[in-house]
Amino acid sequence: MKVLVTVKRVVDYNVKVRVKPDGSDVDIANVKMSMNPFDEIAVEEAVRLKEKGVATEIVVITCGTVASQDVLRTAFAMGADRGILVESAEALQPLAVAKVLKAVFDKEQPQLVIMGKQAIDDDSNQTGQMFAALAGLPQATFASKLDINGGSAQVTREVDGGLQTIAVTLPAVVTTDLRLNEPRYVTLPNIMKAKKKEIETIPAAGLGLNLVPRLRLVKVADPPGRSAGVKVDSVDVLIDKLKNEAKVI
Amino acid sequence: MQMLVIAEHDNKGLNPATRTAVAAGREIIAASGGGELQVVVAGADCLAVAQAAAGLEGVSGVIQLDGPALAQGLAEDLVDALLAQVRARDVRAVVFPATTNGKNWAPRLAALLDVAAISDVIRVVDAKTFERPIYAGNVIATVESSDPILVITARTTAFTPVADSGTAVSIITISAAAPTERAAFVGQALSKSDRPELASAKVVVSGGRALGSAEKYRELLEPLADRLGAALGASRAAVDAGYAPNDFQVGQTGKVVAPQLYIAIGMSGAIQHLAGMKDSKVIVAINKDPDAPIFQVADYGLVADLFEAVPALTAKL
Repeated sequence: MKVLVTVKRVVDYNVKVRVKPDGSDVDIANVKMSMNPFDEIAVEEAVRLKEKGVATEIVVITCGTVASQDVLRTAFAMGADRGILVESAEALQPLAVAKVLKAVFDKEQPQLVIMGKQAIDDDSNQTGQMFAALAGLPQATFASKLDINGGSAQVTREVDGGLQTIAVTLPAVVTTDLRLNEPRYVTLPNIMKAKKKEIETIPAAGLGLNLVPRLRLVKVADPPGRSAGVKVDSVDVLIDKLKNEAKVI
Repeated sequence: MQMLVIAEHDNKGLNPATRTAVAAGREIIAASGGGELQVVVAGADCLAVAQAAAGLEGVSGVIQLDGPALAQGLAEDLVDALLAQVRARDVRAVVFPATTNGKNWAPRLAALLDVAAISDVIRVVDAKTFERPIYAGNVIATVESSDPILVITARTTAFTPVADSGTAVSIITISAAAPTERAAFVGQALSKSDRPELASAKVVVSGGRALGSAEKYRELLEPLADRLGAALGASRAAVDAGYAPNDFQVGQTGKVVAPQLYIAIGMSGAIQHLAGMKDSKVIVAINKDPDAPIFQVADYGLVADLFEAVPALTAKL
């Protein structure tokens, strides 16, 4: 079974981004970039399927500039076999990425597509659902457990009330939640081997798709600040403050 | 404009998140110069929910889409049913509450309409322009849509729930198509609790990894939550460690809460956690590390050993 995994290069989760002084966008020059953490979970799940003999080939795909090759290399070091970079100088919005994925899905014909449930930069949580819609595939979003049984996947999903288990007919789209697995650390020998794996570059503009952004970023701003309050030195003082000052109990 | 607001429910009762989505929808309608807001209740045997929706303030009508295919909210059949309604009624905006259901359905609908989805809207600037948090809430982006149809999820803590109108608008009932069986419901394990629902609770007692075990989490936090009539929450670290179930997680990728009082116990205050609770009215932090980042957002900080302070707090309330 061929598995397609999507990865995105984002600002590292430990970096606190800053707004540019003119409010036009966030300033991400010279900050550490990494693979989106939910995508690492997606790659890990695919590698585990391969180790179990369920998956035969893992293809990773990303959209971006040449710089995004580094997240494909990280995926290789984790165990992915082959990479596709859909090159676009402009950042693609979720609908555009979904259209690109549909084009690549049609060509590659994977049985399973594993994607992170959201990227931690724009926090959209959209691309998996959009791609599933365009490709006419069932979707199992926010997965915390995945089992492949022949022609279907049984997926446990993290939902507001607890956990829901569904079965989707393959091919299908699965988006990962935090507790699906704990991604492995890449080792130096695997990083060296990753350099030999093949990356195919496809210009996004050559796919014949309407990738025009539908949302215009008007401005960005800091959220309303919240300043530190006071330290209290005992439980009694805390109760007094909550009762008589904040009046919340 | 014609607007649909998609109800959140369990086929028996209307979830309060629906009221916040209606509130967001009303703001968009007001900004666009007027229109009609219909609530869509998609489910199975969900007439009671439709009746509750018909009594909400600002609602022009209710569309009850009913049938076995929609019983469990599976995205494939449910979104196809919504798409038919959007097309039949010349709908210009569809608003979902930003629940896990809303997040699952909205982008699928948007893609089938070839429009963008706008996630987690926290403010309506005008009929096409919205504010939403990015980078775990550390930045607020203002985005303007150029699409003919808006598809939005509204953050439930950002809009004041609409009240009941005291009257009832009419309900149109439409039978759903037979299930297509692209996806099938297998089962569910829902947390059962007599406590208030986390997303809409007035008080939240939340625990972090410093609690050390699932036993200590329950032993210390449950009595305090009972005393305060509070919902229980947890950090990602506490959920990952198995102290609390997944649906207790508060944060960037879990639930977003904004209660009157949020008590953070044994939590460091990672930015991903703060993203889910920093709009709370009053934040209390109890942590023995005086340098924990949680104290930078807490209105009242108590530097203390939680294993002594929490039982003392419970006893004295």
